[in-house]
Amino acid sequence: MPKMNLSHFEAAVLFALFASVVLGVITKRTDAERLRYGVRCFAYFLAALIGLGWLMKLGHG
Amino acid sequence: MATNVKAQPVAEPAGGWYGAVLLAWLVPGAGHFLLKRPWRGALILASVALMFLLGLMMRGTMFQPQTGDVLTTIIYCGGFLGDLASGLFYLLTVWLGYAQPDMAGHVHDYGTKFLVAAGLLNVLAMVDVYEIATKQKD
Repeated sequence: MPKMNLSHFEAAVLFALFASVVLGVITKRTDAERLRYGVRCFAYFLAALIGLGWLMKLGHG
Repeated sequence: MATNVKAQPVAEPAGGWYGAVLLAWLVPGAGHFLLKRPWRGALILASVALMFLLGLMMRGTMFQPQTGDVLTTIIYCGGFLGDLASGLFYLLTVWLGYAQPDMAGHVHDYGTKFLVAAGLLNVLAMVDVYEIATKQKD
């Protein structure tokens, strides 16, 4: 099996993508609401990822 | 506010809700296929399968249940249950010898988390299947 090397950012974005798809699929009542919720979850994941990344960078000095 | 959502017919699963949930555990997304929700089943299958495959390709390790202090028990037994929740993917990986030894490094660590998270996402899908099969949800 091929070995894959991903950076922290790439791995976290992929994680956010798959988690958002499943969270979107299993919640809400209509497809439009599911799509909106999935996109919003992905945006929140990315915001947390970038925000925490900057926090660690600034905290580390 | 009244909503005009057209409810999809809920197919009665052959073996009751437990049959649908068992199938959803074994093959991620299959419970939704059984309950006539093919697109949702396909998205769950693709997400869980890709996450599991990426975890394997990053050489993530499979947890084995271990007991000891509380933290060790929670991490290893919880991780094992998370891995096991991927169903056939987990079983095939172990049976075919693709389970990797634990190694240091951030990529391996992400791989391990991807493997557990794939199982946890499948648990969410199983709960969704249960709610659809018992008519608590459209």
